[in-house]
Amino acid sequence: MFAQKHLLDLESYTAAQILEILDTAESFRRVLDRPIPKVPVLRAKTITNLFFEPSTRTRISFELAEKRLSADVVNFSASGSSVAKGETLRDTAENILAMKVDMIVMRHPDSGAARYLSERVPASVINAGDGMHEHPTQGLLDMMTMRQKLGSLEGKKVTIVGDIAHSRVARSNVWGLNKLGARVTVCGPPPMMPLDIESLGCTVEYDFGRAIEDADAVNVLRIQLERQENQIFPGNREYARAYRLDDRMLARTKPGCIIMHPGPMNRDVEISSAVADGDRQVILEQVTNGVAVRMAVLYLLSGGVRESLGQDL
Amino acid sequence: MQIREKSQLLDSADMNRALARIAHEVIERNHGTDDVVLIGIQRRGVSLARDVQRAITRIEGTDVPLGTLDITFYRDDLSTMGPAPSVGSTDLPFDINDKTVVLVDDVLYTGRTVRAAMNELMDYGRARAIQLAVLIDRGHRELPIRADYVGKNVPTSRREVIKVMVEDFDETRKVVLGELLDDESGEGDKA
Repeated sequence: MFAQKHLLDLESYTAAQILEILDTAESFRRVLDRPIPKVPVLRAKTITNLFFEPSTRTRISFELAEKRLSADVVNFSASGSSVAKGETLRDTAENILAMKVDMIVMRHPDSGAARYLSERVPASVINAGDGMHEHPTQGLLDMMTMRQKLGSLEGKKVTIVGDIAHSRVARSNVWGLNKLGARVTVCGPPPMMPLDIESLGCTVEYDFGRAIEDADAVNVLRIQLERQENQIFPGNREYARAYRLDDRMLARTKPGCIIMHPGPMNRDVEISSAVADGDRQVILEQVTNGVAVRMAVLYLLSGGVRESLGQDL
Repeated sequence: MQIREKSQLLDSADMNRALARIAHEVIERNHGTDDVVLIGIQRRGVSLARDVQRAITRIEGTDVPLGTLDITFYRDDLSTMGPAPSVGSTDLPFDINDKTVVLVDDVLYTGRTVRAAMNELMDYGRARAIQLAVLIDRGHRELPIRADYVGKNVPTSRREVIKVMVEDFDETRKVVLGELLDDESGEGDKA
């Protein structure tokens, strides 16, 4: 039994819950290979995808997962949130209440938005990325891919490189990987490294070569040019010189080390084309696993924690 | 859910005899084992399907393909049961199109598990036929489903519970008849 109603972050999930999601995702992964890749699990459930930030792949991945589970899907895209967070979300929450939606998948530019929503609607809330806080389903699909390739994550060295400060992907990975017993090293230029990051339980390394020494997996983050407005960003060429993953750097990792990227890639900025197309990358497998892991999350949360939704109000 | 054991229905040797007879019947009904595949329903049906597979090998000298089916995604009570149940694995290492599928489960009760299993199989392809083998048929069907091969028919009341124990999951191998002790009218251990 999986008695959780929301997925807001991996920080508050236990190792056992994370493993149950990953195991369930493997079952759904096999469903995706069938002639009829669809199961009647969420028939008559209505799911709203509420995206306050532009997103293509995460939204498509969730939408596909929902349809593979036979749910009814409604998409809301609200671009450019100039309205204050509290008011927008409260209005939205009331609209959703009126429409009797069972589950809400939300991406929002503000950290904590998913929790805020979860406290105000009777529906299950799944965080599809909130500000610089977490992107739990990305963390889960990364762990699913690592587990498929490396077996148990206990004691494995995972290096995350990029703009750690702005990365909710990094934060979800650090929380989840720590719970599963992996050793996490984060790496990036000092302006992109948050001050408190060691407190999450990871090693900070500014030198890329040292950071990936003997790594079992390297997660290369996208340099998000759109998030660099107020940052002292060294520029693509400067960044690439110190932090681009290319064949020379790859040689320093462990044999069999896998290369991940959450996409979309800036080829030859954070990752060389040779590595992006090489035999160590598992980037497209991550995409397929993303659908399976989201199916698992939606399925496991759909039962809620009590007899029926709504009693929580 | 407290259960009081009332009597033992089958011991391990009885189970072997029943499963060996089922194996003979499967071979006889299908005129051999060409295009026959066995699929055990998770969890205890899987162990029993393996036993039937071994018995067929002993009798015919052929290895019948064996798969496993977890019916969780096809349950008809998912939306009303509260927290989501854990999912076992479905592993069908063969194409079921034009095969004769023999589904194997431990207890046939309401028929809802078998309904779910058949719906799931339809999503894997179009079998030529689906047959059903169960170790125990305890009655109380809620759907128009019957078994093709039955180890033992056991008339029961709804308050009673049939427990099939196999070495994979229980420390022993036998079938017992029990009775629910608390007042919550459970469904027994089989849907």
